[in-house]
Amino acid sequence: MTASAVASASKRLELVCPAGNLPSLKTAVDHGADSVYIGFRDDTNARHFPGLNFDAKMAAQGIQYAHAKKRRVFVALNTFPQPTGWERWKRAVDQAAELGVDAIIAADISVLDYAQRTHPQLPLHLSVQGSATNYEAIRFYHDHFGIKRVVLPRVLSLPQVRHVLENSPVDLEVFGFGGLCIMVEGRCLLSSYVTGESPNMCGVCSPAKAVRWEETPRGLETRLGGLLIDRYAPGEPAGYPTLCKGRFEVADQTYYAIEEPTSLNTLELLPELQRMGIAAIKIEGRQRSPAYVTQVTKVWRAAIDASHRNPVAYTPQPDWLRELGKVSEGQQTTLGAYHRIWQ
Amino acid sequence: MAGIDYQLKLALGPVLYYWPKEKLLDFYERISATAVDIIYLGETVCSKRHALNTSDWLDLAERMRAAGKEVVLSTMALLEAESELKTLRRLCENGRFTVEANDMSAVRLLSEQKVPFVLGTGINVYSDRTLRFLAGLGAKRWMMPVELSRQTLAAIQAKRPANVETEVFVYGRLPLAYSARCFTARHHNLPKDDCQYRCLDYPEGLALSTREGQAFLALNGIQTQSAQTCNLLAELAELRELKVDILRISPQPDGTETVVAVFAACLGGEVDPVEEAAQLNAALPFGACDGYWRGQPGMRVISQAIT
Repeated sequence: MTASAVASASKRLELVCPAGNLPSLKTAVDHGADSVYIGFRDDTNARHFPGLNFDAKMAAQGIQYAHAKKRRVFVALNTFPQPTGWERWKRAVDQAAELGVDAIIAADISVLDYAQRTHPQLPLHLSVQGSATNYEAIRFYHDHFGIKRVVLPRVLSLPQVRHVLENSPVDLEVFGFGGLCIMVEGRCLLSSYVTGESPNMCGVCSPAKAVRWEETPRGLETRLGGLLIDRYAPGEPAGYPTLCKGRFEVADQTYYAIEEPTSLNTLELLPELQRMGIAAIKIEGRQRSPAYVTQVTKVWRAAIDASHRNPVAYTPQPDWLRELGKVSEGQQTTLGAYHRIWQ
Repeated sequence: MAGIDYQLKLALGPVLYYWPKEKLLDFYERISATAVDIIYLGETVCSKRHALNTSDWLDLAERMRAAGKEVVLSTMALLEAESELKTLRRLCENGRFTVEANDMSAVRLLSEQKVPFVLGTGINVYSDRTLRFLAGLGAKRWMMPVELSRQTLAAIQAKRPANVETEVFVYGRLPLAYSARCFTARHHNLPKDDCQYRCLDYPEGLALSTREGQAFLALNGIQTQSAQTCNLLAELAELRELKVDILRISPQPDGTETVVAVFAACLGGEVDPVEEAAQLNAALPFGACDGYWRGQPGMRVISQAIT
């Protein structure tokens, strides 16, 4: 098969970009995002950070901007409501429907159930927080809520992704770039264990209000909820104390016992993801700046187009990798679980 | 269930570590002589652990049943490979024992078969709405997610569907996370595919502490647990008030029978839960915690008994 035949045989991957505010949404659209995902300004989404996210008016403007350019907007409502908070989630689902978003990205059964019964015309995607790592779990959400797409947790190797895809009743979206959750999303309670707030309950991981930076005679120390996450020698670049990315002691060794501070970058896997039939690539980072969104969207637009034009000849360009390296956590990237050896 | 026959039961959760076959069988032999009412059996963390195969687990389940225990077969939390789904199907179709689902794949398989099932810690039930939906599919019992507080439990209990039992994790190291990566293999610089079953060397996980020596976590293969032991024994009166049906104790290699005996004695009203809790805590290697129950960070120590 010629390269062009391969290209025409596979659909172009949809590029799904993050936006924590209106400027980010606009720049994502301007630089080639096919879809943008946003959240409302409360704990109904997993990036509930101060000063971030959209109120109804901003969301309406963003949706209008994207739709005018034939792009789509998804709203993440991907936390797990407790009984006392239910009205907030209900309102958020209704608001998303009224705004005319193109899909809701949800994880909790009560949210999916309400959305499907109340707004049957509104497409539902299963959030990465829904922890669906196999096709039987995906079928559950498809059977009961008619989900149209599932976002896979960042724990599967490429062959495992392919196997899920071959048996999945719905499209798959996979993470391509950004912060790397090493734990199965939706089932990680480390943050609440230390700070009282978790992604599931509060939409935050390692929240900024629990962070302390302290210069000490031993070096710069970063703490979360009082717990020492890392200590840096003079001149050593210090990172945000995400609790799974600190240096700890295990049997007298001090090392990144859980994960190094790296970002996921799957640029080199693009042709394979495309050939496999993955529907969409998701970029992490609603909490990041418009400059990040611009940079990452530009590179991924170029890469997806290049891979689509000629997957056989495709190779990640050095300047793409350089640009992505600049915005990566710890200035390092990894293929993560897609590459079996990493596990 | 709530009502005149209301009586708290004691359950022993699945063994979360990798113990050799003899150690497992010996452990359950001893457990069968304790006061636990319910025993959860099976591998829930890593499918590479093969001290017992599915048939061995089913045989053990029969023996525990013969010893007068209610047996529930626990299933994996993180399923990726087809071989793991195959084992899951076999367990879901066992026809003799109730199954605890720890992933939505199991919920699907069990509800398709129209058999009643248990929702384990791996299933996110954060509200009465979600619980009601799953009860409609056959869930007869749910485990409260360990990060939820007594206030949330009270709100869910107030609207709990009829004929659904509530189980609470009251004693043990908290299961906090699952990963694609095996942290035990990583500690030994081994790839997961060639882990050499190093978990066998750590019958209660591998202790992780901060660089100040503060105990923090226990690495158990792909699972991360709290280093501290959650102990809600001192909250027994409140657990009763909230009409919790089952108290879950999570196994450790040493002292589990004692813990069961202490809980049973407290349930029987023979001894004071607050005093007994303090005694249990004094013997813990990394101390106790009960923050989640009070709506605080999970690792905190709040109760009077835990000092």
